[in-house]
Amino acid sequence: MNDKVGFQGDGFNRRDVLKTAGASLAAAALPSMPAFAQSSVQLTLWSWLPNFRDQVDLFEAAHPNIKVNLVNAGQGGDEYTKLRAALKAGSGLPDVCHLEFQLVRSFEQLKALADIGPSANAHKDEFAAWAWSQVSDGDKVYAMPWDSGPTAVLYRNDVFDKYNLTVPKTWAEFADQAIKLHEAAPDVFLTDATFSDGGWTTSLLWQAGWRPFEVNGAEIRIQVNGDVAKKFAAYWQKLIDAKAIDAKPGFVTEWYTSLDEGRYATWITAGWGPVFLTSFAKKSSGKWRAAPLPQWDATKVASANWGGSTLAALAASQHPKEAAELAVWLTIDPKATELYTTKQFLFPTRKAILESSEFADKPFEFYGGQAVNKVFVESAKAVDPSFQWSPFQDYVNQTMGDKLGAAAAGNGTLAAAFDSLQDTLVQYAQDQGFTVKT
Amino acid sequence: MIEASAAVNGNYNGGADASPDRTMAASPKPPLRKRRRFRVSIVPYLFLAPFLLVFAAFLVAPLVYALYTSVFRDMLVGGRRFVGFANYLRVAVDSDFWGGVSNLLFFGATQVPIMLSLALTLAIVLDRGALHARGLFRLGFFIPYAVPSVVAALVWGYIYGPAFGPFSQLARGLGLPPPDFLSDRTMLFSLANIVTWEFTGYNMVIYYAALKAIPSDLREAAAIDGAGAWQYALFVQLPMLWPAILLTIIFSINGTLQLFNEPYLMRSIAPAVINTHYTPNIYAYFLSAANQQYNYAAAVSFVLGLLIAVIAGAFTWATRRGGGASR
Repeated sequence: MNDKVGFQGDGFNRRDVLKTAGASLAAAALPSMPAFAQSSVQLTLWSWLPNFRDQVDLFEAAHPNIKVNLVNAGQGGDEYTKLRAALKAGSGLPDVCHLEFQLVRSFEQLKALADIGPSANAHKDEFAAWAWSQVSDGDKVYAMPWDSGPTAVLYRNDVFDKYNLTVPKTWAEFADQAIKLHEAAPDVFLTDATFSDGGWTTSLLWQAGWRPFEVNGAEIRIQVNGDVAKKFAAYWQKLIDAKAIDAKPGFVTEWYTSLDEGRYATWITAGWGPVFLTSFAKKSSGKWRAAPLPQWDATKVASANWGGSTLAALAASQHPKEAAELAVWLTIDPKATELYTTKQFLFPTRKAILESSEFADKPFEFYGGQAVNKVFVESAKAVDPSFQWSPFQDYVNQTMGDKLGAAAAGNGTLAAAFDSLQDTLVQYAQDQGFTVKT
Repeated sequence: MIEASAAVNGNYNGGADASPDRTMAASPKPPLRKRRRFRVSIVPYLFLAPFLLVFAAFLVAPLVYALYTSVFRDMLVGGRRFVGFANYLRVAVDSDFWGGVSNLLFFGATQVPIMLSLALTLAIVLDRGALHARGLFRLGFFIPYAVPSVVAALVWGYIYGPAFGPFSQLARGLGLPPPDFLSDRTMLFSLANIVTWEFTGYNMVIYYAALKAIPSDLREAAAIDGAGAWQYALFVQLPMLWPAILLTIIFSINGTLQLFNEPYLMRSIAPAVINTHYTPNIYAYFLSAANQQYNYAAAVSFVLGLLIAVIAGAFTWATRRGGGASR
């Protein structure tokens, strides 16, 4: 359930996915068809992206000897569960699969991913630097960057006007505005801090300079409750205690309504957020604007990423060359990648699109004619590439959501939750056979 | 009722069976008897075969595999290692597991009696027949059971909603503080409410069927003896329903300790309260799905199964003694 963040990360309507799920299940149940001719190769591709067939058709047209069986094996966590089961069983694996950035390291740990460096490295400079650093280790490349979620803020212009708020440039200003709004209207909140969502929290911590993991083979350094976390915890704890912000879960009916009704004045979100918001906030169309994420230090602009995904070739594929070609081609072909931003509304990782004015300067009615992509493109430039994920990231996200979510709901403090998270993660890593340093 | 009819059948069939057998024994042709015996003993198993095959493939085999899995530990670094009973020892002292169990014991102790009394009352009222459109009521009570739990979770998610739910809006309209159905303290009751709504009708149907099977001459006899409606319900219907009640209690114990759907679905709207170890089944699910601790998840599942068997067994044993003596 809480894997939603991951699949929200692509900014599309979940209903579309539900529609395609039945068909893909039926497809999955069929045995894979034998190749018609000796020269023809059949590849299986797992992805939950709606209408992906369009781009896959382009690939097949460009590669007459490769047939692609596109399967929707579920979104985010659902797909990963199936992938792990197939890895354990040693059969039923796809050749290429859809993976979120945060999970690449985890599947690499299972030795599930092929090193596609030889065919991928030539394209290194075509991608945002931080995105490339998330999928590669030196010359080894474990997945192709696909879409991303640089962070920024979407806010209600009407609510800001009504209560005379100013758009905060720093987190200190953000806190002042939150308290000011709370005093003027106790039932309206500057934002909803969704601490039960490990991915959301991680992106804000990433911006603050949090670097919790350092992995070196079987050795891992874990420090989730250091100075950055303590400063972060104290900041939000003050706002929670003052009831100046809400701390309810995101992506549920109450939350959608609260944004649409102006009960929440901002949504701290990512590159896929603007289009996703338009899918449910129908009433408030035209009242929204985008602004950069507030800064901790106004002189040093920092940003982070939330969501976004990759395409990875699996090590067990019978056709490693073709699998690598499929993953690379689908993420670098100009026509296919342009379609992602115009049809599926993915936020790109390719510089060619990030830097094009067609993408950045496109006005949106919903945002009062503002070119919102520009805000997110600027954010993408400031994403710090030094952030590393753990090799068991879904466990980290889940545990983090559990502990911080409970604290934000009034069960203990955020600072204590970070300490408890540290102990739990260290214990888990030791149980999994890692040598742990703190 | 079930036992009564079984006893009747037993007497008649038993008598019928006994006599040919006795004549067989006296018969001077043993080969025929042998062949017959053989045929008799294999035929039931042939009929049972489809069930036995499915049972073996989808229940026994996975159980054996889970048991096998539970004595290893798969690690991300270092691979698989035999650990004997280490996983079980860890379950024994795992506060997350026992916290979930105690959540459910409290849940069961409050929710099951309420749900079953409600179901019993509804069944007796329906059976009495002083009601128009009885079929409609019967269907109405049963419908929640047929509502898919995903839909039920959406409906209840709206009803319990802290900002836009009907109760919150009503409270706000009256100038009262809105109730919080999703807090740490209220969640178990909110879940109990959903489960009661879902399963009262199901249990009611079981009771109603059992009530229908009570011979009407008993009612007449009770009336002649001067028993009123209350006395009839208390001293005739209730004892006759005992086997059905026992059955529903066992079902409820089983269902309670395996609670998964309702809290899992409520997790999306209250993740801060329904954590990854809120109930033992949710715990086992997250251990295997996200935590990659399959071996430990298998051990947790086994301990849970054992616990259910022990509690259900203890309950049956206790009531058999009490109930048996009274009849």
